Amino acid sequence: MLLIACPWCGERDETEFHYGGQAHVAYPADPEALTDVEWGAYLFVRDNPKGDFAERWVHTAGCRRWFNVVRHTVTHDISAVYPAGQPRPSQESRPQNEVTA
Amino acid sequence: MPDQLPEHPDWLWRTPDPKPSYDVVVVGAGGHGLATAYYLARNHGISNVAVLERGWLAGGNMARNTTIIRSNYLCEESAAIYEHALKLWEGLPQELEYDFLFSQRGVLNLAHTLQDVREGMRRVGANRLGGVDAEWLDPDEVRAFCPIVNTSPDVRYPVLGATLQPRAGIAKHDHVAWALARAADAHGVDLIQNCEVTGFVRDSDGAVVGVETTRGRIAAGRVALAAAGHTSTLTDLLGLRLPIQSHPLQALVSELLEPVHPTVVMSNHVHVYVSQAHKGELVMGAGIDSYNGYGQRGSFHQIEHQMAAALELFPIFARAHVLRTWGGIVDVTPDASPIIGPTPVENLYVNCGWGTGGFKATPASGWVYADTIAHGRPHPLAAPFALERFTTGALIDEHGAAAVAH
Repeated sequence: MLLIACPWCGERDETEFHYGGQAHVAYPADPEALTDVEWGAYLFVRDNPKGDFAERWVHTAGCRRWFNVVRHTVTHDISAVYPAGQPRPSQESRPQNEVTA
Repeated sequence: MPDQLPEHPDWLWRTPDPKPSYDVVVVGAGGHGLATAYYLARNHGISNVAVLERGWLAGGNMARNTTIIRSNYLCEESAAIYEHALKLWEGLPQELEYDFLFSQRGVLNLAHTLQDVREGMRRVGANRLGGVDAEWLDPDEVRAFCPIVNTSPDVRYPVLGATLQPRAGIAKHDHVAWALARAADAHGVDLIQNCEVTGFVRDSDGAVVGVETTRGRIAAGRVALAAAGHTSTLTDLLGLRLPIQSHPLQALVSELLEPVHPTVVMSNHVHVYVSQAHKGELVMGAGIDSYNGYGQRGSFHQIEHQMAAALELFPIFARAHVLRTWGGIVDVTPDASPIIGPTPVENLYVNCGWGTGGFKATPASGWVYADTIAHGRPHPLAAPFALERFTTGALIDEHGAAAVAH
């Protein structure tokens, strides 16, 4: 069971959350301009790294807000938690749960 | 001391050093990789083949599955390839001269809701039209076929009926791998363990012409990936992105018990699947963890959820103990169907995305993949599963249709 630090509620068990897959996948700026291959890639293809992964979680059983987590997909170490819409923190500044007030 | 130990039994296959070059290099010595090598040699006369394995033979998902074999899928493309597999399973013990305890004890897929009943009856009809054996059982017939299932109306999700595929069953997974390995080796295939692929060799046109490994460079006419949950780590080296996500999937066994469970029972709705191995363990499968992961373990709450379902369905299991739990890494696609075929990278073939159900497909996966590699075009049974479906939109949507939740 993962222990996830919700930016608003603090550390809670994984079972309070739902997973949302890769973070920072932007809707195409001009969908009409995409080829079928590009549109298919946008719909269906996501990164699948063995290592650090920026991903979305939602605190379903708590504040119900979405946020982003950088988690290592082998060790499950969480190196960053930050609100949706913010860029992924750089490798140098990655305090645990940096946005918890 | 060493002179007091018994002689090691005969090895089932050689342990060769890699040659500088092969016609085909298969990456991954799990069931699918071994079956591919076997059928390349047997069906196509291509025996200058190496199977490279970063760990030990059949030590990944081939060692971590729940050994269930069935072909009662709803979509006709799926039923066709899994039924091809089932027919091959029925002949393989004799063909390979290896009794790997293939037991056609049937599979029940329980229905607990009106929607389950409708889905099950529809699937039985679709299976029969497609030449797959299938029956619908009412609760009394379920109890007669598998007396330990709780068919009382007093449970949270009562059993309203079940589909039965009589020809489905289980097999001893390790022995399946060893049987295929021995047969491939006898055809001249080199099985090379502890040999991790670390890169690809490409010519000036970008075509793959070999692999870099922890045991040196190996040239290859064609490179065929059969690396399941680790496929992305290989294709990432080529800049080839595939629509797969790797997740942990767990299973567990009890201690050895007297034979109490005559068949295989799967429940989509409460999510558990359980059979009893020949040796006596109850073998149960859980669901995947929601998050991406490459650690071969999963969250305990998945086990708890699975056990709650098992105990409601099988009150007789209440005093059993969990002996071992484990996790494998499964590669899941957006439509829960595999990806088989050529790729945009010349000479590179993929066979991945089998997700939570690859074991049952082992022989057909190898059969169609070998044919695809040998001829450089998709085998007819593999064609619907080509990578292009994620561009055309012709998905084979087995989510919720494959008689099990994914």
